[in-house]
Amino acid sequence: MKSYLKFITCGSVDDGKSTLIGHMLYDAKLIYADQKRSLELDSKAGSRDGELDYSLLLDGLMAEREQGITIDVAYRYFNTEERSFIVADTPGHEQYTRNMAVGASFADLAIILVDATQGVLSQTKRHVYICSMMGIKHFVLAVNKMDLVSYSEDRFEDIKHDFLRLMATHTVHSLQALPVSATLGDNVTHRSLNMPWYKGDPLLTYLEKIDVSEDISQLGFVLPVQRVSRPNQRFRGFQGQIETGEIQTGSMITVLPSNESAKVKEIYVGDKQVKMAIAGQPVTLTLDREVDISRGSVLCVEKDLIASDLITATLLWMDDNELVTGRNYLIHVGTKTLPAIVMSIKYKVDIHTGAHIATDKLLKNEIGVVEISVSEPLVFDVFSHRRALGSLILVDRITHMTSACGAIERSMRRSTDVAYQASDITRELRATQKGQKPLTLWFTGLSGSGKSTLANEVEKRLVALGKHTMLLDGDNVRRGLNKNLGFEEADRVENIRRVAEVAKLMNEAGLIVLTSFISPYEEDRQNAKSIIGDAYIEIYVNTSLEICEKRDPKGLYKKARNGEILNFTGISSPYEVPRDPHLVTDSGTLSIEASTDQVMELILKIL
Amino acid sequence: MNELTHLDQLEAEAIFIMREVVAECEKPVMLYSIGKDSSVMLHLALKAFYPEKPPFPFLHIDTTWKFKEMIEFREKVKAKYGIEILVYTNQEGLKQGINPFDHGSSYTDIMKTEALKMALDHYGFTAAFGGGRRDEEKSRAKERIFSFRNAAHAWNPKNQRPEMWKLFNTKINKGESMRVFPLSNWTEKDIWQYIAQEKIEIVPLYFAKERPVLFRDGNIILVDDDRLKLRPGETIEMKKVRFRTLGCYPLTGGVESEADTLESITAEVLGAVSSERTSRVIDHEQAGSMEKRKREGYF
Repeated sequence: MKSYLKFITCGSVDDGKSTLIGHMLYDAKLIYADQKRSLELDSKAGSRDGELDYSLLLDGLMAEREQGITIDVAYRYFNTEERSFIVADTPGHEQYTRNMAVGASFADLAIILVDATQGVLSQTKRHVYICSMMGIKHFVLAVNKMDLVSYSEDRFEDIKHDFLRLMATHTVHSLQALPVSATLGDNVTHRSLNMPWYKGDPLLTYLEKIDVSEDISQLGFVLPVQRVSRPNQRFRGFQGQIETGEIQTGSMITVLPSNESAKVKEIYVGDKQVKMAIAGQPVTLTLDREVDISRGSVLCVEKDLIASDLITATLLWMDDNELVTGRNYLIHVGTKTLPAIVMSIKYKVDIHTGAHIATDKLLKNEIGVVEISVSEPLVFDVFSHRRALGSLILVDRITHMTSACGAIERSMRRSTDVAYQASDITRELRATQKGQKPLTLWFTGLSGSGKSTLANEVEKRLVALGKHTMLLDGDNVRRGLNKNLGFEEADRVENIRRVAEVAKLMNEAGLIVLTSFISPYEEDRQNAKSIIGDAYIEIYVNTSLEICEKRDPKGLYKKARNGEILNFTGISSPYEVPRDPHLVTDSGTLSIEASTDQVMELILKIL
Repeated sequence: MNELTHLDQLEAEAIFIMREVVAECEKPVMLYSIGKDSSVMLHLALKAFYPEKPPFPFLHIDTTWKFKEMIEFREKVKAKYGIEILVYTNQEGLKQGINPFDHGSSYTDIMKTEALKMALDHYGFTAAFGGGRRDEEKSRAKERIFSFRNAAHAWNPKNQRPEMWKLFNTKINKGESMRVFPLSNWTEKDIWQYIAQEKIEIVPLYFAKERPVLFRDGNIILVDDDRLKLRPGETIEMKKVRFRTLGCYPLTGGVESEADTLESITAEVLGAVSSERTSRVIDHEQAGSMEKRKREGYF
């Protein structure tokens, strides 16, 4: 049986990609008679001098035919006596880089077209970079339009030299440079008589011969579980495709990430029971004992995989919405999908110079190295070691767009790699994860003014909106954190300082904090404001002393009047009316609902 | 141990795709058109989930103009494998008497495209397997394996989701759906070779046999029942013909052939001078007709 070659063609606009493949199919008599007839008719109708326009064989979509360019990957299938081929014809425009990446992820070999009259362009560098990033290690440089440079060997050698210099930074297993003319057919299927100085094979012959098989025999057995099949109580089969290695009945396997072990009882390849299966085969395995396995578990023998919730990856951003750190995505690796957050962008890569550029966002078609935090440990491998478990996509949780694809470079939490720093997770990240803006709602007012009641109601509303909150008041602070403090002025100042520091920490954690303290001194409130920062929102619960004293829910005013409590605000100690609060609400005359509405209106404006 | 053959690789890819859909999509269905590609799909589905039966139903859109032998074959398959085959017809179109003779391309729109959309909505399927192959037609050559459809079942060729490696994005919102093409990378030749290798049963119409036909607009049309009215000058002749694709009999042209075994059919395909879709009458009507149909929700 003949082997397969999947390859991609890439080049800049008008380099002649579609023409090259079209000409190859035509010359090798690999198109049907009706396709040939329609090509000849279409070419005559077109404006290009009635010559055959081979690109018409490939440019499929109407929009492309109208614009004369390729906008999406088109797959072509052909075979010769020697080999079967699938070619991904991909767009050259920078705005369609992601479509090129789709084709590259599929291919084992890339034909990079360079226009002989133009030489290596910045687009050429981008194409090589993406092919390499997507895992291609076999390259053909096709220097096209040689007829327009008088079939000059010097010109060809110059371009080849530039290209080799460009390839120096990439992993390359094979590379061949070919001078061609896609329009005229030089070195496409036949050796060109116009370039006797070129001694190699023409393109088609080269493609028939090149060996692109990867040496993955060294890698151990790995099976990412696609699904668990339970047709009845007696049968429990684990279905998936073997990515590397092989497996036999009786072998001991380990399940990751749970680390449980079991022996392989039966192996099915399709509907046939076998003793052994190899990489690439779709199998159903049964085991000798019950272990916890579900979709996304990885079965392996050697345990040469990594499980971590923090990874470093190179991403190609493909979404119109830019990458913003802290936003939630779904990460898909192997057969596992988990919520994940891009925590930071270490840098983006200028693919024309290779330079690393500091940035806080990635735009469509940009490449960057990022750190990703996953909701639970993910089983993976580095891309260069085992592509099947080292490649990833990120899916937007709202639009469901495939926002990025990428290659995992390493884990940030291997024993040898303890570079993880707490500061990587910022206040904004924690808040974004909770889908809110951290605030401290500082309720101030006399004892009995209704601060706590109001704070309570506001908190209920916030929780109903799905917000994450915390209420700090005398009850939960005075009894613990501040139980060593009395009611002297110095202690009251310290009480407020501690409350402000705790509120700040909770804001750092992403929470919305509500504090309910009399906090009578303007100076203390200013101090709290400077500790808490912009998140500080002051709400003055303005209820008259008269009403407070009438309410006197805890009997404190009475005790103060009787002299049983010293330094009681409003009686024996002053309350300094806030100078510039965000909101004044009169709980003496308004209903609790009306006051709550006022506060919510203010908060929703800020949130 | 030997490396996998080209057909082994195609089979493995299709099985991987089917398992992904069943694991990830809420309510999948497999479109079953009774043709050879559907026979291959069914065969792959039986393998993919073995010893479990395919964990989804099959759906046949019956225009009421299918070849009689196709319907017989469908019933036979259903009984043989004990699978669920849902049959759906656009009753509205049927009542209005929409037929392939009087209504041209709107017949296909109403009885096939519309009917399919109605059936998918009726049962609430979120993912539908189709047997489409990229080698069939230029717009198919660009379609993803997991092809996203909006709530109106429309395909937007200019904004397809990127599809990388084997990492298929199956996420959709309510009302949206996926068309999934496990045979994307197969060619017509691969299909025939696989049918031969796996001894897959197919509708006898694929094999050459003496059949009553007439010649109309350059196509050979089988006279399958008396709804086919002769035009002046047309006569019914007995010819040894076979069909490269199967659909509605008045819209499916046969080819004169002596190939009555799988070997001889494969040999004919290998040396074919016409691509497969030339025998589909609708594709000829206008340039880019398939792309238009697909945008509107045709498979």
